[in-house]
Amino acid sequence: MKKSIPAKSFPWLVVPPAAALIFLFGVPLLLVFAVSFATRGTYGGIEWTFTLANYISIADPLYLRIFWRSLWLAVLTTVICLLMGFPLAYVIARAPKRWQGILLFLVIIPFWTNFLVRTYAWMFILRSEGLLSTVLSALGLTREPLTLLFTDTAVLIGLVYGYLPFMVLPLYAALERLDPSLIEAAWDLYARPHQVFVRVVLPLSKPGVIAGCVLVFIPSLGAYVTPDLLGGARSMMIGNLIQHQYLVVRDWPFGSALSFVLMAGVLAALLYYLRAGGARSL
Amino acid sequence: MDRVSADASIVMREVTKRHGTTVAVDHLSLSIRKGEFFAILGPSGSGKTTTLRLLAGFEQPDAGEIIIEGQPMQGVPPNHRPVNLVFQNYALFPHMTVAQNVAFGLEMKGLPSAEIGPRVAEALEMVRLVGKQDRLPSQLSGGEQQRVALARALVNRPAVLLLDEPLGALDKQLRLEMEVELKALQERVGITFVCVTHDQEEALTMSDRMAVMHHGRLLQVGTPEEIYTAPASAFVASFIGVSNSLPGRVQAIEGQRATVAVEGIGLVHAPVCAGLRAGAPVLVTIRPERLHLSRDPATDGSQNQIRVRIAKAIYSGSEMHYLVTLPNNLTWKARVPNADGTAKRFDAGESAYLKWRTTDAVLLPE
Repeated sequence: MKKSIPAKSFPWLVVPPAAALIFLFGVPLLLVFAVSFATRGTYGGIEWTFTLANYISIADPLYLRIFWRSLWLAVLTTVICLLMGFPLAYVIARAPKRWQGILLFLVIIPFWTNFLVRTYAWMFILRSEGLLSTVLSALGLTREPLTLLFTDTAVLIGLVYGYLPFMVLPLYAALERLDPSLIEAAWDLYARPHQVFVRVVLPLSKPGVIAGCVLVFIPSLGAYVTPDLLGGARSMMIGNLIQHQYLVVRDWPFGSALSFVLMAGVLAALLYYLRAGGARSL
Repeated sequence: MDRVSADASIVMREVTKRHGTTVAVDHLSLSIRKGEFFAILGPSGSGKTTTLRLLAGFEQPDAGEIIIEGQPMQGVPPNHRPVNLVFQNYALFPHMTVAQNVAFGLEMKGLPSAEIGPRVAEALEMVRLVGKQDRLPSQLSGGEQQRVALARALVNRPAVLLLDEPLGALDKQLRLEMEVELKALQERVGITFVCVTHDQEEALTMSDRMAVMHHGRLLQVGTPEEIYTAPASAFVASFIGVSNSLPGRVQAIEGQRATVAVEGIGLVHAPVCAGLRAGAPVLVTIRPERLHLSRDPATDGSQNQIRVRIAKAIYSGSEMHYLVTLPNNLTWKARVPNADGTAKRFDAGESAYLKWRTTDAVLLPE
């Protein structure tokens, strides 16, 4: 362990964040947990009659399909972000020092604009008479207008776009610390470029890969704005289903049960992932 | 050049490498023989590390050619060269054990694992690391890490082993031990070693032959003794060891002896060097350990002598180190053995006669 100031020496600094977490996160979570076992009232209220019906009705194939689509889209988003983010992070980490700052800045620039606005922009790009369709037909690559908007592909594009920076930043942090002489050493010891990558670069950047995947997978799985705007009613994800239950159907107990199954799912996936990927690096 | 090619391990011809606008290596021609321990000595920025990286294949020359074991190296990447490099910071793979580090090169070459095991064990035995094969590099001392780096390179049985400041990260005691060990290792395996260093003592102790580099150029190539006793230029003389010097002008040459006029001091005698002409500016150099101090002037004509003032007297165990001020205000260093006891010691502020044999001085054209 590195030398650090013991946390004991200023216990009062822990009080505000702890209080915030307990009252603003812990208590509402318990409330949601309680509601998930209640019954929906006739006019959308909550009747405090204990039932497991909310959890049982999730097993409906209609809802399972939405869960499955969410999981699939989240995994696909994570994999695509990793495949696109790794070369980008590598190039930034190997660039001259003064360029690194500029390149990282460019990665972060989209955050300056509201996520909702940026997603609307994607609607304009992806719709049938939109930018992409116009450009492609002008180039003679397509004859008919694209039907991209309101499909799973559109949701995937939006998710990858939105979460790519969360993959690039931890990967950059890991790759920037990688000693370039290790790559040269592997090269000197007869490794071909792909072997250098698999045997040296990848294992040593594993903490960044794990962090990046977690940071992309979790928000993708619970995404709401992107599937709502780019997926429409046909490409619903869990986030939209939960919102729908709370605000449209006004079935709070069922919405709560969905939320808890999602949380449990994320937790289980995370534990499995960390156990499988992280244990060997420790 | 072609005469030595038959037993040459490395031949460099007119190799030039630029980094941006600076010329890191400037028309360098060099031939290194098979099985010799060759040191490249130079200050930082002299181009010695670039030379090593050109040999390893991490950089390609802008001009000139490099031939290793008879094969031209133009466009050959590091993984296809018959050389291995021991990195300055060792560059051990931190996520692999000692044995995995050492086995890496053999695995990449595609050797069957039945062969890799014994080879790794043999290499670890050679560098006395048996029993540490399952440690991670971070669990080893600096000296042990260095030996892992050596084993990881030597296990591949390269034609040439390149070493980049191999002892630079070790403390002094360990460095002295490793100098001897490295030389013994090289003699045992019979592989050509090319070692880059900024430490003149390291180069002198270990190498069979050495080169002195400065500003991307080779200043002198020769055995340590040749370079130490007959430095070819003022830079080599000063870099190879602390050397005292006097700027002067040749007044007369009689046979093997030159008389040099030094402003503020008078006439000094020294053996002639090649290409010396009367009237030419020269540097008279003399090593600190060749100087003597005395309270009485010499009567013998074979010695040079200058009356000096002792500026500082430093006791350092077996020797006294004196800083003396010459009449022309130059400061010289003198090292006098303490074997005779304290009787002849000088104190700061005293006057003394500084003497040296004419034949101990070296003249360098300026």
